[in-house]
Amino acid sequence: MPQKIGEIIETSTPSFTAQCYELYGLPPLGSLVKTQDKSAELYGIVYHACTASLEPGRKPIARGKDEATEEAIYKSNPQLTKLLRSEFSALVVGHKTGDKLYHYLPPTPARIHSFVYACAPEEVKVFSESLGFLSILTTARLPIAPDELIAAALRQMAQAHDDAQAFLVRAGKELAVLLSGQFPVVKSILGRLK
Amino acid sequence: MNEQNRQRLGIVVAGSLEEGIDVRLDGGVSVEDMAVGRYVTIEGQKQRFFAMITDVSLGVTDPSLTLTPPDVSDPFMAQVLAGTSTYGTLHVSPYLTIGGVAGSGEEIKPVKTVPSHYSAVYLASQADVELVFGKEDERRFYIGTPLDMETKICLDLPEFVKRSNGIFGKSGTGKTFLTRILLIGMLQKSAAVNLIFDMHSEYGWAGTSEGGKSVKALKQLFPSKVAVFTLDEESSKRRKVSTDFVVRIGYDEIEPEDMALLRQTLNLTELATEATYQLRRIYGKNWIQKTIDLKDEEQIKALLEETKIHESTFQSLQRSLATIARLPFLVPQAPENTCDRILGYLDRGINVVLEFGRYTDITAYILVANLLTRRIYARYRDRTEKAMGEDTAKPTPLVITIEEAHKFLNPEVASQTIFGTIAREMRKYNCTLLVIDQRPSGIDSEVMSQLGTKITCLLDNERDIDSVLAGVSGKNELRGVLARLESRQQALIFGHAVPMPIVVRTREYGSPQSYREFMSGERPEAKDKTGKELEDLWG
Repeated sequence: MPQKIGEIIETSTPSFTAQCYELYGLPPLGSLVKTQDKSAELYGIVYHACTASLEPGRKPIARGKDEATEEAIYKSNPQLTKLLRSEFSALVVGHKTGDKLYHYLPPTPARIHSFVYACAPEEVKVFSESLGFLSILTTARLPIAPDELIAAALRQMAQAHDDAQAFLVRAGKELAVLLSGQFPVVKSILGRLK
Repeated sequence: MNEQNRQRLGIVVAGSLEEGIDVRLDGGVSVEDMAVGRYVTIEGQKQRFFAMITDVSLGVTDPSLTLTPPDVSDPFMAQVLAGTSTYGTLHVSPYLTIGGVAGSGEEIKPVKTVPSHYSAVYLASQADVELVFGKEDERRFYIGTPLDMETKICLDLPEFVKRSNGIFGKSGTGKTFLTRILLIGMLQKSAAVNLIFDMHSEYGWAGTSEGGKSVKALKQLFPSKVAVFTLDEESSKRRKVSTDFVVRIGYDEIEPEDMALLRQTLNLTELATEATYQLRRIYGKNWIQKTIDLKDEEQIKALLEETKIHESTFQSLQRSLATIARLPFLVPQAPENTCDRILGYLDRGINVVLEFGRYTDITAYILVANLLTRRIYARYRDRTEKAMGEDTAKPTPLVITIEEAHKFLNPEVASQTIFGTIAREMRKYNCTLLVIDQRPSGIDSEVMSQLGTKITCLLDNERDIDSVLAGVSGKNELRGVLARLESRQQALIFGHAVPMPIVVRTREYGSPQSYREFMSGERPEAKDKTGKELEDLWG
């Protein structure tokens, strides 16, 4: 059973945002997560994460002046884990209906309160056999630079492959084709894959 | 088709029948493994195409790659970019279609269309090349291998000798070796006999390789099929050549027509050439001897008055005739008619090599070659016409090999000499030429256009390349191939006897093993050629 890490609190066709059950229990940038809809499983790539106060108006305050370690702050203020929350956003990059994987957007967005799971390496490997999701990543408008996200996603996925280098070369070639005419971007991504 | 055996190179991305086809190489294929002159097959939707690589180039998808080159010392970067952002392209010229894709029917036809977009391109397999150029058999003679392949490329020699042919190339590129190989092929498989005017004595008994090593020539390999005639007995003896006949030509055998060709080499004026006809008329057969002997001023004066020849013209003619008469193989009266002897051998199917020994002077070569050829050709013509009239067997096809061909076939003299006539009239009288030359641009364009098959080693003079490739389709592509031949042992063959132009590495000649291979290729039934066969052959 894949590891349940959070629950959707905001959703739209191209992306969803989920709150983690554990403070700081965030999936890494670029990792593949999935959520279950009625008819389909939706796959997303984590492109953004943040930890902030539950209430937007209430900023956390510094509490560690007299504490020896950072951990000690949380120990002496157990309410903190309830007053703070970690959230992450994922870009929808594909879906699965029945046994079939599609590397494009699902017909409907995910629903609020859907559980979000971290994908197991096996699943990551199967999903990344086809590199169709790269075109979604290259064209998405995101708060972070797309080359950062693409590089992060590929680094994550490469770990699931037996021959990580071969996977990266394959993906690099796909990118070189997708971004032909934008060699500086390709170069920047390739530079981040090491 | 067996997919495993073939190496995929890339896909067709653009092209036209006229300009050739552009192939984008796959990422895994290195441009450095490609070479102009190699063969590829293109799997179209309905047909398979056979094509030759004529250019290799590099491309980038983004100009910034050339402006700020990436760090390719990083293998990952290099690996990713190869075949994607940076790629190689081939320019290939399709020549033939070789049947359907699924191996349905393997009919070879000249190409009339181009393969569709994105057709896969493979390196031609041995089987493909064999399919196109045929296997070694009783008609086909193994002449060499394609570049980077071990398949034997064979020439259909009976087809080859149907027309006059040319072998060209710069000095030292292997023309002589190639000619020797071809002559062996012809004497084994073509049902034709050869008469070789061997200027440098390299075809009869032994020749030398560039390293100074001696190599066996025709007579040593096929003693029963080759007769060596010599103009220079002493030279032959010194070289320990067993000769069959020592050629002596009588002054009385030389006719004014033979002088016409010598105009350039002897620096004769038009008037002097004209005067030879008058002198022949007045003095009869022995005109040369008598003209030279004419010393008495009174007699000269009388002669000049009678013939209206200018005095200075006469003097220069006299000097020229004396030059000729000094050639040691010319004698006032020849003991035996050389022409009859040569024809006697040729009729028995024995090839004749005429060695010039020390007389490599071009005057001697032109005089003898022209003189003998004129007479032999005349006999051949008579016999062929007679055979046609009486419906009997025509004489054995004859191939005459001449070196330094531009001296016989240059535009000024080609229309007058017998060689020009043979080159133009081709096979009508069962007599064709094999011309060997290093300056093809010096040969009359009309003659060049009549040559059936041209075999050319490296040429680098623009005019020579132009002249060899005149009238060939895909000339520009072939020009690139021709200029990039290696300087030894490589030749481009195109024309009548091959289905498409081909670059070959000529087969080895000179080792004991190579001699054995040549001798084992002999056709047993070659000796008993029947008239019927000849009819079929020469139409």
